Order: sequence, then C-alpha cells, then structure tokens
Amino acid sequence: MYVAVKGGERAIDNAHDWLAEERRGDPDVPELSVAQIREQMTLAVNRVMAEGSLYDPDLAALAIKQARGDLIEAIFLVRAFRTTLPRFGASTPVDTGTMRCDRRISATFKDAPGGQVLGPTFDYTHRLVDFMLEAGGEKPKAAARAARDTAPKPRITEYLGRDGLIEDEVPSEAEPPDMTRTPMAHPAERPLRLQALARGDEGFLLGMAYSTQRGYGRTHPFVGELRIGPVAVEMDVPELGFAVEIGEVVLTECETVNQFAGSRTEPPQFTRGYGLVFGQSERKAISMSLVDRSLRWEELGEEPAGAPAQDAEFVLSHADNIQATGFLEHIKLPHYVDFQSELELVRRLRREAGADANPSTGPDAEVAP
Amino acid sequence: MDDLRPVATAGQSYTFGYLDDQTKRMIRRALLKAVAIPGYQVPFASREMPMPYGWGTGGVQVTAACLTPEDCLKVIDQGADDTTNAVSIRKFFERVAGVATTERTPEASVIQTRHRVPETPLREDQILVYQVPIPEPLRFLEPRETEARKMHALEEYGLMHVKLYEDIARHGHIATSYAYPVKVEGRYVMDPSPIPKFDNPKLESPALQLFGAGREQRIYALPPHTRVVSLDFEDHPFEPSKADHPCALCGAEDSYLDEVITDDSGTRMYVCSDTDYCATRRDQIATTATGDRA
Repeated sequence: MYVAVKGGERAIDNAHDWLAEERRGDPDVPELSVAQIREQMTLAVNRVMAEGSLYDPDLAALAIKQARGDLIEAIFLVRAFRTTLPRFGASTPVDTGTMRCDRRISATFKDAPGGQVLGPTFDYTHRLVDFMLEAGGEKPKAAARAARDTAPKPRITEYLGRDGLIEDEVPSEAEPPDMTRTPMAHPAERPLRLQALARGDEGFLLGMAYSTQRGYGRTHPFVGELRIGPVAVEMDVPELGFAVEIGEVVLTECETVNQFAGSRTEPPQFTRGYGLVFGQSERKAISMSLVDRSLRWEELGEEPAGAPAQDAEFVLSHADNIQATGFLEHIKLPHYVDFQSELELVRRLRREAGADANPSTGPDAEVAP
Repeated sequence: MDDLRPVATAGQSYTFGYLDDQTKRMIRRALLKAVAIPGYQVPFASREMPMPYGWGTGGVQVTAACLTPEDCLKVIDQGADDTTNAVSIRKFFERVAGVATTERTPEASVIQTRHRVPETPLREDQILVYQVPIPEPLRFLEPRETEARKMHALEEYGLMHVKLYEDIARHGHIATSYAYPVKVEGRYVMDPSPIPKFDNPKLESPALQLFGAGREQRIYALPPHTRVVSLDFEDHPFEPSKADHPCALCGAEDSYLDEVITDDSGTRMYVCSDTDYCATRRDQIATTATGDRA
C-alpha cells in the first residue's frame, strides 16, 4: 500500500540499465561503430547536426548511437552538449558563392553557366528495395565523376538580378542576433527568423511549407538554385590581422524565386525565399526557403491571408522539436497534485448539479493506514 | 544515471552547477530584475539543459544560478522528495554541484519544487524555486505573446476577470483549481505555476520565491513578504480547498492530500502530498507515544 511514489531512485537506475541493454540489442550481432554511422547514415548525421546546431559529424553519429536511432533524442543530446561549449569567437560569414558544389541544380533555367550537376541524389532513383544490400552487396563502382570542378559557380538569381527582375538582397554589416544567447522576442526580424528556421524541426517546416503550396497562404515558388557542397570557414585572427581558414563545412543552400505581382510599396518583380542548412539536407533547405518567403508578407506589403505559415509568432514558437518534444512528453510526469484538485472540483460541481448518483461510494470510502 | 561527461571531452569537467559563469551571471541579472519588479516576467536566454524542456529546465537554471557550495538543497515534485523527477534533479545537482542535499524542509537553504509549496512554513534564509511550464497567466485567453505583454504593460486584466466571471455564471464557482492567478503588489497578474489553489495563501512568505520557465524563457519572482492576492470577487471570495479528510498516515487536517487508490474495488486513502511534513509528524507522534510510556 502507498507504494506509488516510493522507490523512484532504484526504479530510475534499473530503467537506465535496461535501456542500455536494449540499446545494444542482441550481443551476437556486432556492435555499430560511430564511424559506421558517420559514413553510412550520413543523412541522419546531417539532420542531427542541422537541428542540433552543431557541426560535428562524429558527435552527431555518437548521439545517434546513444539515442538508439531516435533522431530527436540525438538532436537533444547534441544541443545539451553544445550549451557547455565555450565560444572563442565568430567566423566571417561563409561565402556560399565559392562552394565546391557536389550538387547544383536550377529549375528555372535549362542550362546556365556552371551547369547542372545532379550529384548524389535520390531524385531519379526508382524506389525499389535493393536486396543486394542485404546480401552484403557489392563494392559500389567508383562513380563516373568528372574531375571535381572546384571553380565557383555563379548564382542563378544573379542573372535575374541584373535585369531587376528579382528583388535586391540588400547586404548588411549588422551583427545578426544570436537566439541561443538572447531570448526570442516577437516580432522577429528576418535574420532571427532564418536562424530559428535553420534549427527548426524538418517535419514541422515541411508541413508548414507544404501548407503554403496547397493554398494556406500562397507560395509555389521555383527552385532558382539548390547547391550542396563544402565551403571554407574563415576566422579573423587579431594577432595576424587577417582571416585564416579554420576548416570547412558542408552546406545545402536553396534560393527560391517567387511570383510577386507587386504591392503598394514594391514594384512587380520576383521575390526571394532563402534556406541554408548544415550538411546535405535538401528537403529541409527547400522547406525553409518556402517558409521564409511566406513569413515575409509584411515587409513586402502583401495582404495577409491569415495562413498559419504567415504567422511568424506561431511558426517560430513551435518549430523547435526539442522544446516541443520536452513539453509534450512532460505530461508523463506525475501530476497527481493538480489532478487531485481537479477531482475535487469536478466532484463538487457534479454534486451541486445533482449528477452524482451515488455520493456515498468512492471518495468517502476510506481505509485505515 | 550514466556519467554526464561527454566521451569526446572525457577528463574535462563541468563548472560548479553545470552552467558556465557567463550564463549564471545572465540568469542572476534576470533574477535581480525579477526581484525588483515582483510578478513581472523577465525574458532570459534560457539554455539547453541536459534534461528535457518541460521537465524543470527553468527551475534547474535558477537553482544553478543561486547555489553556493555551502547550500543545502531539497528537491520536491508533487510535494514528495522521492518522485522520479525530483530524484533525477537532486542527483543532477549532487553530481554537478556537489552540494549537500536533504529531504527536511527546515534544513534546506534552497528548495526546488514542482506543483507544491511545502507545508512547513519557510524562513527568511530560504529560497523556494518553482518549475514553471507556462509563465503567462493570460496565455489561454490570448495565445499571442506580443498581445499578452501589451496587456500586462497596460495593466489590462479585464479579460481575466471576465473569464472568472463566466466560470461563476456557468458553474457557480471559479473553475480553476490549480495555477490559480494572483495579483502581485497590486500590479502584475502572475501565474503561481501549477500549485493547487490550496497553496496560494503560502505565496505571502518570508522566503524569497523564484520562478523559472526554461522553454518559455521567463523568470519572475516574489521577494519576501510581497503582497499576493488570489483573484476573486467580493461576493465570490477566493477559497483554498483540499480533500475534506485528515491524512490517513499522520492525521494532519491542515495539509494538502493525495488520493491513493488502494484496491481493485477503488477504495481510496488520503495521505499528505508533502512527504517530509507527513514523516516528521509521524516521528513526533511516535516519540510522544514512547515518551508517554516511559
């Protein structure tokens, strides 16, 4: 009797032991190495880095292993680790124009300087389960890849910009806000919005972007350009007086070109949506650029359609899967105190409404200690 | 629990209380502002903690920013020291701060709580830290943060009174039994976190009370002896309520009770939700009984 709240400490320890056992699975099956996950589960690793806001493939792979493949749990591990990291400074903005593109496509022009590079994509695969992989497969043929073209490729939107057909992206030297160091304040300016979207949940952004395509708001843009590849990260070193390359990161960048009939304040021209994500994360980058464009209605002087994806406070408050999953799952925690007070209220209201058919049973029946 | 230290930096240890000093300073600044404007929700740059949002990250950050190595910490959830999440948070601070912990309310200098105020009256040298899920008392009347902040700024609380009035019109009572809104020093309407309204009178306390909402990035405070009034109407005065029973274990008639189902036919027993209060009373009863016999 009265054991419900007792033994919490031992229960937690036992649960953790069991969890560790389940994570390992059948010990007769060889254990996964972090390197295997990093090399063969790359897109999962990329997602964990993107939404964990930390570029570290080894750490992300380890987190996936520890989380038993639950990517949101892995993202959580990375985020919690990230909090504890010291900050030595900020890099100079990465120049995606100098990206060594593994993939670079445009849906707006059949061909353009720099060419279309399909790269490693699922796009035109037939989704047939490949049982060869199960059988151990065979060594993949070295892809017939032209010698890597390291020449920077011009941006497609530049060609539209020259004729004034697309809005100017006005450069700014302003220091962007840091949402991990400053509390979110609404209304959020575009740099802050983009930052929140970049770490937002892929599924949430996909749903939001999809809703604008289907008519809740109106965004059905063209993919002006999607490029994926490594870019150099440079940092100013005060002792040297110039920026030096400290490493590189793989990024996915998406620029969409959107129809725009003009408004009272802006002439008719194409407008931009922008997405930038760590790793190869195309779905996320495209979703992000649609949602970015959708949230820009106010600055472009558009009439709001009242769509969820146009509501910056709604989108930004609910895009973070670590916040969302924590709050959602906290309802598993004990709530008996609040439930007790609700029980009493409902009993009282029912008694007064004459609904309590048999008030003598239930609450008043009591046992001795 | 597993070792918190990440493998990648094995050997490197965390600073006292887990948070780095910059973060603690940021939180302390928010706390000072919160104490200076009782009941006002101060935005703060909440950090990602190694426990999930909604599980006490706000309270944990406030506690981490308040703790000194000499402190003695008590952690309760639902009034009890041995509920799973209280155990987990207490263990966290044992590991990352190495402070002494206790289950005895009078021995603690810092008490982190979820959903209850201890029955034992608090003293001036104690700090009570609340875990807060939704700090905004107006949230379910006006979900937009931008609007809610405006309403606070203009002291425009009509909507809240209308809601309470509608409750009375519909049910004959104010149908809020926990997280019952209060007005602080005649200015800000505040959510006392989901404590049962039975605990609302204890909000006027000699102890410093701090409220941390991690996911929502807000901190607020009740300095000692702040005037805290539960919202009501003259003809429908606020009444704290609890199950109309004594505790089945210690016989207390003044403490908040949990209802426990004890068998398949649904028999109930009522016991103190504050486990320390209940155990202390039972000890006293046992001591008195022994003393009588001697």
